[in-house]
Amino acid sequence: MRLIKKVGEWLELRVQLAGTIEETMAHPVPRRTASWAYVFGSAALTTFILQLVTGILLALLYVPSAGEAWNSLQVLNHQVSLGWFIRALHGWGSNFMVAIVLIHMIQVFLFGAYKFPRELTWVAGVVLLLLTLGMAFTGQVLRFDQDAYWGLGIGASISSRIPVLGPWIVNLLLGGPIIAGATLSRFFALHVFVIPGLLMAFVGLHLLMVLKLGINEWPMPGRLVRRSTYIQEYHELTHKDGIPFVPDAVSKDLFFSAFILLAIAVCALYFGPFGPSGQPDPTIIQTVPKPDYFFLWLYAVLSLLPPSMETPALLIGPVIALGVLIALPFISGEGEKSWRRRPIAVLTILLVAVAMSTFTRLAGEAPWSPVMDAWSGEPIPAQYLKGRTALERQGALVFQVKQCHNCHALGGAGGLRGPELDRVAVELTQDQLIRQVIQGGGNMPAYGKNLSPAETTALVAFLETLHPAGQQPARDSSRAESNAHP
Amino acid sequence: MTPPDVSRRRMLTKLGIVFNAAVGAILTVPIVGFILSPVIRGRKVGFESWLSLGAVAQFPEGQTRLATYRNPVVEPTDGETANIPCWVRNVDGKKFQVFAINCAHLGCPVRWFPQSGLFMCPCHGGVYYSDGSRASGPPERGLFEYPYKVEQGNLMIEAGKMPTTGAPTAKLVNISRKSPCA
Repeated sequence: MRLIKKVGEWLELRVQLAGTIEETMAHPVPRRTASWAYVFGSAALTTFILQLVTGILLALLYVPSAGEAWNSLQVLNHQVSLGWFIRALHGWGSNFMVAIVLIHMIQVFLFGAYKFPRELTWVAGVVLLLLTLGMAFTGQVLRFDQDAYWGLGIGASISSRIPVLGPWIVNLLLGGPIIAGATLSRFFALHVFVIPGLLMAFVGLHLLMVLKLGINEWPMPGRLVRRSTYIQEYHELTHKDGIPFVPDAVSKDLFFSAFILLAIAVCALYFGPFGPSGQPDPTIIQTVPKPDYFFLWLYAVLSLLPPSMETPALLIGPVIALGVLIALPFISGEGEKSWRRRPIAVLTILLVAVAMSTFTRLAGEAPWSPVMDAWSGEPIPAQYLKGRTALERQGALVFQVKQCHNCHALGGAGGLRGPELDRVAVELTQDQLIRQVIQGGGNMPAYGKNLSPAETTALVAFLETLHPAGQQPARDSSRAESNAHP
Repeated sequence: MTPPDVSRRRMLTKLGIVFNAAVGAILTVPIVGFILSPVIRGRKVGFESWLSLGAVAQFPEGQTRLATYRNPVVEPTDGETANIPCWVRNVDGKKFQVFAINCAHLGCPVRWFPQSGLFMCPCHGGVYYSDGSRASGPPERGLFEYPYKVEQGNLMIEAGKMPTTGAPTAKLVNISRKSPCA
């Protein structure tokens, strides 16, 4: 004990940090901020530290070479003891970090913490959000598998649409004319040096401002922020009724951080590491690339936007979103902080949350993508073939062979790109069916060149049998006689 | 009044700053040049060159087949990523079409379905006809096409760059301009 004290004194004489550390730890905070609502910032920092540690561990074995990266991940997964667990921790840590950063941001927004004098703390936070998403994307690239390869292609295709500079930006992004060794190397440099360096710098700045300006007080409805009086009011709140951050206010942060670490470890243990999926060999084209979950919403948006809106939305949308986030504290830097009196703020959060989760959920099903193997893998339900004529069954065969099933579901199986066809006969007459098959339209390709007249006749005969038992198929009343269905 | 030696020190400090700025500016040139090297090379010599997809006989008349080539600009660390696939359509024995694998929407690999004569993209559902023209889905244009020529029974294409919507195709390049293999 005496030895420790002596070493401590020896160190203190030389580094002289004890005063600063004590002052920082014991700085007074408003009493009510010792709350479960205030734990997300420290939890985000904890996950970041976990990512740094596990990232360094992975870098001990990872090889950032397009020819070797995938193999080195296999070695980590299967040959190095507990390599899979470190990969799983890093992967789940990234998912948790993105989620916690978003929750932290929502809490800060709803509590009005971005208002005077904490405008720049918010702006630094916006930068931290972008850097976190940058880490998420570059990290997905380092898991150099098929998803990473084609994800890079999507990134390059989006960048290429930037007016004038597009083609050059693609070359800069890829480090050359194609996705190859240089691409992975530069994403490695971004993920391991550039972005983490910036993250650390901005985390430092963000924390420094939190310390200097004090943590945002619990917002009370009706207690308005005024530039002239706020600092004085906050000083009274902390010095008359405040508590020291350590040891009084920090307990919930400690518990929550430990809980998050535990949750990440449990997920890592139970679900294991992410991928890698197939090898990054572009000649293997039997692949259905999908982004990691934090970019699924973007995947959905890109599929659902009308083509003409896509480029403007891709290029202008992020600029507007970023502009709004940065401008927010300068536009509404004063006034009401409590969410109870800020209905538009609450509705905005709800709207964004509902939109994002809807898009994310949709992206899980991806109804806009053809099911590439439905034509060979999903049979036509037996009840649609029973008791049918030879011609109608021939039509069912055409339906399968011509890959109609890839985009059209029958009996709940198959693609969802086009409408389900279980009751198509009720909706379209024979003539309309023929026209639709031959000419296409409404986002359906025209099959005129790829179907012989006999195949068309058979296919339409089959489609005409698709109606609920008690319901007659649609008929052209001007041709009532000739079109009568048996 | 400032003593003469102090004003001399200040002068030296200012000179020191100017000296550092000058050295910094000199160093900036190679650093920026290094960072922009993919762009500079693309503008100077270009990335594309003529390469062979193999004998014409490999691509039967009236059919569309997958072919692969090794990218002409290749580094030792590229591994399998330098093997690029493309779709070759032999239209009538004389005329060919060579399509890039990348969907014109966002670059995912399109697959050919000979039965229905369609290219389908697994990502966002772009569909193209057998001649590469757009059939449905989000793409705003048809598939990207490589310039080709038949030389001594070999099918040659001019390739070397991943086509993207903003930097569409080798086709925009004047074919007669350069041809190292010709």
